Amino acid sequence: MGKYIKFLLVGIFFGIVLVKSEAVSWYRIFEMFKFQSFHMYGIIGTAVGTGIILLLLSNQLNLKTIKGNAIKVPLKEKGLVRYIIGGTIFGLGWALCGACPGPMYILVGTGVFTILIVIAAALLGTYVYGVLKNKLPH
Amino acid sequence: MEYILQPWPWYVSGPCIAIVMFLLLYFGRSFGMSSNLRTLCAIGGAGKRVEFFKFDWKSQRWNLIVVLGAIIGGFIAHNYLSNPIHIDLSESTVKDLTSLGFYEADQSLLPPELFSWDAALSAKGLSILIIGGFLVGFGTRYAGGCTSGHAITGLSSLQLPSLIAVVGFFIGGLIMIHFIYPILF
Repeated sequence: MGKYIKFLLVGIFFGIVLVKSEAVSWYRIFEMFKFQSFHMYGIIGTAVGTGIILLLLSNQLNLKTIKGNAIKVPLKEKGLVRYIIGGTIFGLGWALCGACPGPMYILVGTGVFTILIVIAAALLGTYVYGVLKNKLPH
Repeated sequence: MEYILQPWPWYVSGPCIAIVMFLLLYFGRSFGMSSNLRTLCAIGGAGKRVEFFKFDWKSQRWNLIVVLGAIIGGFIAHNYLSNPIHIDLSESTVKDLTSLGFYEADQSLLPPELFSWDAALSAKGLSILIIGGFLVGFGTRYAGGCTSGHAITGLSSLQLPSLIAVVGFFIGGLIMIHFIYPILF
């Protein structure tokens, strides 16, 4: 169990940040796609900016993981079709229910239990993708 | 404490999310919340029938622990670290929402018009939650990641596939909000 504590703590921090930043709010997602506030763009922009700096720094300083390997990000497969079509499908759902996978779980913690319907449907969507995977263009 | 109880500004929240990503990399893993949906399908036995779910899900338990933490974090933030919620939405957003029939904009995290039990169990409300969730689950696996895997991790590591996926996220989101919402609401 001990080795899992760090993941629990990171998760708790993540949940707190996303609630306190209001990124879990359906309203904020609506506002973002309406381009009516800088808030969500600021969050994503500074997250990516900080992420780039952290990764460049860890590369420069040759930082190692706790297992002693070099810190590296898994590379996504090359491609276009799956990213643009899959991404668009995701975006339609994200805007419709105002929640992506992280916030879905976090919202359970805030006591919004109807989000469990969304989670169940997301599991079904993932399952159907698995079934159709080989028939879809990637 | 007063600062913690207030909503956090974007320039504090964004870097905190990057720290979450970096910590997971430091632990030898990577940040991707949608992978858990696949793991949960595998735990439910989907691997017996579908190749895609035939993998060693036990190696992904750490990520389910992150989810458990996220739920606890949501509980803590909502119950102990927040003043009564008042989301500082832009005036034009509140006006647009009112015209779509969302009258309690900014009073809570989610609109009761969609997420109260009464709304969620109405035919229309249930369809919206199910279709929305389904599209997220299907799309995120098709695209190989969601906001955490592509928009945060992928863009931070300057990967082109993630940029394409994020462009897709926005195409879908903009179509939904600008063309489909006016029909739905």
